[in-house]
Amino acid sequence: MSETVAPLLSLSHISLSFKGVKAVTDIGFDVAEGEICALIGPNGAGKSSLLNVINGVYQPQQGEIRFAGRARRAMQPHEAAVAGIARTFQNIALFKGMSVLDNILTGRNLASRSSWLEQAFRVGRAVADEEAQRAVAEEVIAFLRLQAWRHTPVGQLPYGLQKRVELGRALAARPRLLLLDEPMAGMNREEKREMSQFIREVNQVFGTTIVLIEHDIGVVMELSDHVVVLDYGRKIGDGEPEAVRALPEVIAAYLGQQRH
Amino acid sequence: MFYQESGQFSTRYRQDGRALRLWQQRAALWALLLLAFGLLPFIGNDYWFSAILIPFLVLSLAGLGLNLLTGYAGQLSLGSAAFMAVGAFASYKLQFLLPGLPLLLSFVAGGVVAAAVGVVFGLPSLRIKGFYLLVSTLAAQFFVEWLLTKFAWFSNGNESGVITAPPLLVAGHDFGSPAGRYLLTLSVVLPLFVLAANLVRSSLGRNWMAVRDMDTAAAVIGIPILRTKLLAFAISSFILGVAGSLWAFTYLGTVEPHGFDLSRSFQVLFIIILGGMGSILGNFLGAAFIVLLPIVLSILSGTLLSGVLPAGQLENLQKIIFGVLIILFLIKEPDGLARLWQGWRARARLWPLRF
Ligand SMILES: Nc1ncnc2c1ncn2[C@@H]1O[C@H](COP(=O)(O)OP(=O)(O)OP(=O)(O)O)[C@@H](O)[C@H]1O
Ligand SMILES: [Mg+2]
Repeated sequence: MSETVAPLLSLSHISLSFKGVKAVTDIGFDVAEGEICALIGPNGAGKSSLLNVINGVYQPQQGEIRFAGRARRAMQPHEAAVAGIARTFQNIALFKGMSVLDNILTGRNLASRSSWLEQAFRVGRAVADEEAQRAVAEEVIAFLRLQAWRHTPVGQLPYGLQKRVELGRALAARPRLLLLDEPMAGMNREEKREMSQFIREVNQVFGTTIVLIEHDIGVVMELSDHVVVLDYGRKIGDGEPEAVRALPEVIAAYLGQQRH
Repeated sequence: MFYQESGQFSTRYRQDGRALRLWQQRAALWALLLLAFGLLPFIGNDYWFSAILIPFLVLSLAGLGLNLLTGYAGQLSLGSAAFMAVGAFASYKLQFLLPGLPLLLSFVAGGVVAAAVGVVFGLPSLRIKGFYLLVSTLAAQFFVEWLLTKFAWFSNGNESGVITAPPLLVAGHDFGSPAGRYLLTLSVVLPLFVLAANLVRSSLGRNWMAVRDMDTAAAVIGIPILRTKLLAFAISSFILGVAGSLWAFTYLGTVEPHGFDLSRSFQVLFIIILGGMGSILGNFLGAAFIVLLPIVLSILSGTLLSGVLPAGQLENLQKIIFGVLIILFLIKEPDGLARLWQGWRARARLWPLRF
């Protein structure tokens, strides 16, 4: 990648606190278009908070977020979605009462062009629109091999599959930037392997830029092009996976975590 | 089992997305329509029309209105009767102010006014949820009732606040007979059900359910929360408004605020709880239950207990049985009659196998 290409996402001097409790302190880093960037760090390091800042769930007290050439003091969730940022949550945030297909279709809501009146009368753009969204949703379902559960309410699915559906809902939006908060947490080895495979394919086939949070260092080393390490809300490492792993601060932070 | 669904696979998304996927379901629907339009008007008697079918249809529609708001979009409301009242009075006033306004158009206009009022009372839903929203819709209930009784303008200066509904003329035909009122009600209710069924299976319907199930996730995928909630209030109140007009014009024959008090709001709420939240069919089932149960109870108690208990006691006993049945039902089947029906179908499909 040439040096002159502007990064897709660039955070600078982000600070976020909750009623005086600092979650993130003066953090800045860049994410290049097309890369997989891993955010790592011990529990409570501020990884999820930072992800929430990127797509506007939290508004930082300080800093600037530059995405796709546009700088903002803070994001709004809707604005982030329109700009092409999709995400999954650490605690699955699916729509429990809806089927797998409907959950994935909700990911297409911004692509829907028909008005609610057209939808009620099934006239105008509504019919073609619905079929177009359904076709994209079916592509996602086939890609994630969810065909067998299309009409199953997501509340009835096992945990690992729910994580996959949540990825599907994010993919349905055809995002430019995909934020994944611990996509493999609580999975067995086989499920982890599958999920890594999906993430790599999304990145390679669709060219989607990915920022993911992951605790399993093995997975991080294997998957990512770029690693950012947080500890107590501060950035303590930023660079290529091998180089970051060798940093003394990172080793210390990780050894520190293992002790308790 | 009286129908089989083997071999019916959807080959196109459009087929898969249909409300009724199986030909047996569609055939049953056509048979029901034929019965409702072609047969019942000729074989039904006045008691059937006036005491059972018309209130059943209107309450189904009111249930539908509330179900879109509460069952689909997840916004609790105890103001259903208020929006019904707004619809009824608006239709009546418009008929009066614009002589010659077609009846059906005045129903629609009543619905539109109710929708506007619904949006106003829906505004707090951006900030407050659940129980507190319930209280704010309760305010709508009391405010509207107060407004309609306080200002005589709404009832054209009628002291009692009770006004007789105008004759039911549609394109020169008088629908004033019991069978005519039934047909008129049916012809207004069914199309609205079709539109609502379309809506809940489209993008807006999914957005409603997304807001209901988890609003942060909904915002993150780009669903405009305020707009989605307000549309739920508007469309729900429109349907409730039309139901209110029908209640006044085709069922009661009078327009009066007291027909739309808090107990009516509770009745509509019971319909969707019993029928099933987030179910279209459930509104019919819940309304049928609410309309038929008192009738069945009074027939039963009349034959079994007549002479044993004085009439006043009998009425109280009916209320108690009604309440107990509702509680039992909620414990046994919290997802409502629609779920019960699905369960029966699933079992019948496997019959005679047990699992
Ligand atoms: N909504 C909130 N309100 C108050 N404090 C919060 C909130 N969200 C996060 N925090 C605090 O901010 C700090 C960072 O939390 P965060 O969830 O970002 O950590 P994390 O790195 O994602 O940890 P984990 O690996 O456990 O998920 C923690 O001290 C946490 O308690
Ligand atoms: Mg976290």
